[in-house]
Amino acid sequence: MNVLDVTRARERIERLPQRFLPVIATFVVFVLTFGTGSVLYDGFASPQILTNLFVDNAFLIVLAVGMTFVILTGGIDLSVGAVAALSTMIAAATLQAGWPPLLSVLAVLVAGTALGLLMGLVIHFFDVQPFIVTLAGMFLARGLCLLISVESISITDPAFRTVATGTITLAEGVTLTYSVLIALAVVLAAVYVLHLTRFGRTVYAVGGSATSARLMGLPTGRVRVGVYAVSGFCSALGGLLFSLYMLSGYGLHGVGMELDVIAAVVIGGTLLTGGVGYVAGSVLGVLVLGTVQTLISFEGSLSSWWTRIVIGVLLLAFIMFQRLIVRRTE
Amino acid sequence: MTETPTRSADPVVDMRGITVEFPGVLALAGVDLRLYPGQVHALMGENGAGKSTLIKALTGVHPPTSGSIHLNGGPVEFTAPAQAQAAGISTVYQEVNLCPNLSVAENILLGREPRRLGAIDPRAMRVRSAQLLERIGLSVDPGSVLGSHPIAVQQLVAIARALAVDARVLVLDEPTSSLDTDEVGELFRIVRVLRDEGVAILFVSHFLDQVYEIADRMTVLRNGALVGEYLPQETERLELVSAMLGRELGTLEEVERRAEERTPGTAPLLTAEGLGRTGAIAPFDLEIRASEVVGLAGLLGSGRTETARLLFGADRADSGTISVDGRQVRPRGPRSMIAHGVALCSEDRKAEGVVADLSVRDNLVLALQAARGWMRPVPRRTADALVEEYIERLDIRPADPGAIMGHLSGGNQQKVLLARWLITRPRLLILDEPTRGIDVGAKAQIQKVVTELAADGMAVLFISAELEEVVRVCDRVVVLRDRRKVTELDGDTVTVDEVMAAIAEHEPEAVAP
Repeated sequence: MNVLDVTRARERIERLPQRFLPVIATFVVFVLTFGTGSVLYDGFASPQILTNLFVDNAFLIVLAVGMTFVILTGGIDLSVGAVAALSTMIAAATLQAGWPPLLSVLAVLVAGTALGLLMGLVIHFFDVQPFIVTLAGMFLARGLCLLISVESISITDPAFRTVATGTITLAEGVTLTYSVLIALAVVLAAVYVLHLTRFGRTVYAVGGSATSARLMGLPTGRVRVGVYAVSGFCSALGGLLFSLYMLSGYGLHGVGMELDVIAAVVIGGTLLTGGVGYVAGSVLGVLVLGTVQTLISFEGSLSSWWTRIVIGVLLLAFIMFQRLIVRRTE
Repeated sequence: MTETPTRSADPVVDMRGITVEFPGVLALAGVDLRLYPGQVHALMGENGAGKSTLIKALTGVHPPTSGSIHLNGGPVEFTAPAQAQAAGISTVYQEVNLCPNLSVAENILLGREPRRLGAIDPRAMRVRSAQLLERIGLSVDPGSVLGSHPIAVQQLVAIARALAVDARVLVLDEPTSSLDTDEVGELFRIVRVLRDEGVAILFVSHFLDQVYEIADRMTVLRNGALVGEYLPQETERLELVSAMLGRELGTLEEVERRAEERTPGTAPLLTAEGLGRTGAIAPFDLEIRASEVVGLAGLLGSGRTETARLLFGADRADSGTISVDGRQVRPRGPRSMIAHGVALCSEDRKAEGVVADLSVRDNLVLALQAARGWMRPVPRRTADALVEEYIERLDIRPADPGAIMGHLSGGNQQKVLLARWLITRPRLLILDEPTRGIDVGAKAQIQKVVTELAADGMAVLFISAELEEVVRVCDRVVVLRDRRKVTELDGDTVTVDEVMAAIAEHEPEAVAP
């Protein structure tokens, strides 16, 4: 691109609403990576590859939704990977012990939400950095996993297996799993809560300026605690989807997953300082990560660590991009 | 003058004997304040007078330790801002307390969004916020992001928000400090509309002209205590200023000037021509010669610190030039002015100066080391000699170079900061409130050192809120008011009365109607 093209592109970009810019950029990156795959490899540009992005990353989408709530308030939740692992463990262990599947699901969701709530309360009432509190939560959840069992426990419950392997046919040869439906339901619910409820708008207000929100008489404490409970719930649900995906519970499931989730949210255009971002962006962020992964598996000769390198580069690029936008609006 | 003027209506707000104590500090001592419907009440006082604390007591941010608040005749106790808002007391704070990342409509209605079936109704929100914006005559798109508008518009949006609760009491905490003349006019138009609708308005400002233009009554606080309540039409500006500063006119004894043991150089060391920055200080001219102490006097918010920062290169000027030794310089930040021999000792010693965990010695040598660059460490012996010299010269206590800075008293910390800049041997030293909040002994010590330094040939720009101090130390005094240089006094006219008169002087064209 020469200088003139860049200026023109910039003019075109300036006409778009500024606040959607990061999400649009993520969408462009998604289209570009997917397009690259379609050009390079036969069979990449198929509907099933696209739906597989959702199938393989349903749990990540759910986790990213919870993380979006937290990051929008300006916080961070490092415990999501470990809580998801704990969820697979609780599910597998309770099913092995013969609990009815519904009760076991309920136990997982309650445990995850309670852990998130607890972290939120500590963060709010003791005024401790979210980074430290959720780091402690991460260790706690990992430890609890290994307390239940150091071995992997496979899930043999017939009902669970039916849900896990069941598919919905969208069109000839294009199938989805139930996990995808659950993930999409979570996304829709999150969009509703964030944009059409007072809780959701307060999440944005707290992220924009916590002191202002307090002086405006908004229930900031409730929201700060609430987002960690939401994230805890999403981690538990994401863990359940992951256990459907893997059909096992294991204490070392999802090691480092929290960082993938944070990366997806940031690539999706959510500012780490809070107040700016959309759930749709986070979903796109997950899809970008998924596409990169698919690309590398299509290539075949590259080690899977290349995924990490690409994610690293993307993350850096997006953070610099956001800085540019923020600096311009300042 | 302290008797309550006659009034037809009962007060909306009746605060009596409000006392607020913070650990170790009595921020407010038994202050009364009454607000009447359809009146603008100005709250005045210098820094630390307790204005903000009084507002916070009224709005539930810091509940009073003792005293009573009656709203419409009934006693109330607010422990959170939300309660005061629910009771009809809305506040617009000095630094706009809204969320820049949200839309104008959301900022107006946040927390009371119209809902349908439990969900926020975006359509109703646009309509409702548009109505409120229309009421104050502000034409902005309710859907636009707040942060994309200038501060003045944001301030008006904050007022629209205050109206959304059907406020009967509106508190405006220094709403004009970052507005220009036209914007102030717009704000006042809205304030008058609201006043005529019967809203009681509490208006906090440092700008005398504005207060005289808009206020029906004025309350003056000083050092956390009530000085009195005044009517603008019955009160001379000079009287008001002396109430704020705590000096009775006429009884002021002429402060003994130090003997003139210095002869200012003839050629100016630093010359500023038409130097200014929008929203900070209007363009001004200033000359400072070697061996001269020039004072900057004015009320809080008159642009003293802003002037200092412009001269030091800490803020960029919009207009004008700075010359050193007759040659024009282009300040690209403090480093370039330091290279020209200018030093600034800032007013906020906690945030900008003191490294509390290091020793006195290390704190002293910091600036010298920075000036030499890291490649040339200050030799231990040189450092020790310098440290010893300045500890003695400024009488820093304890006289122990190894003492931890954080353990020193405020006055001694200030002396260390002063010494830190003196070690670098600046040609022009800018002192912003060097004696604020320190005891009398340390104050005298610093004043003495300043005059000695000038006798040795250093030029000093001395900023202080204490007029006596300015008059005692300075050869010339530049008076600022409402972010403009209004006059320059020298020779025999450097007296507390003259400076005060210059601060209070009335100029009708200062604020547009």
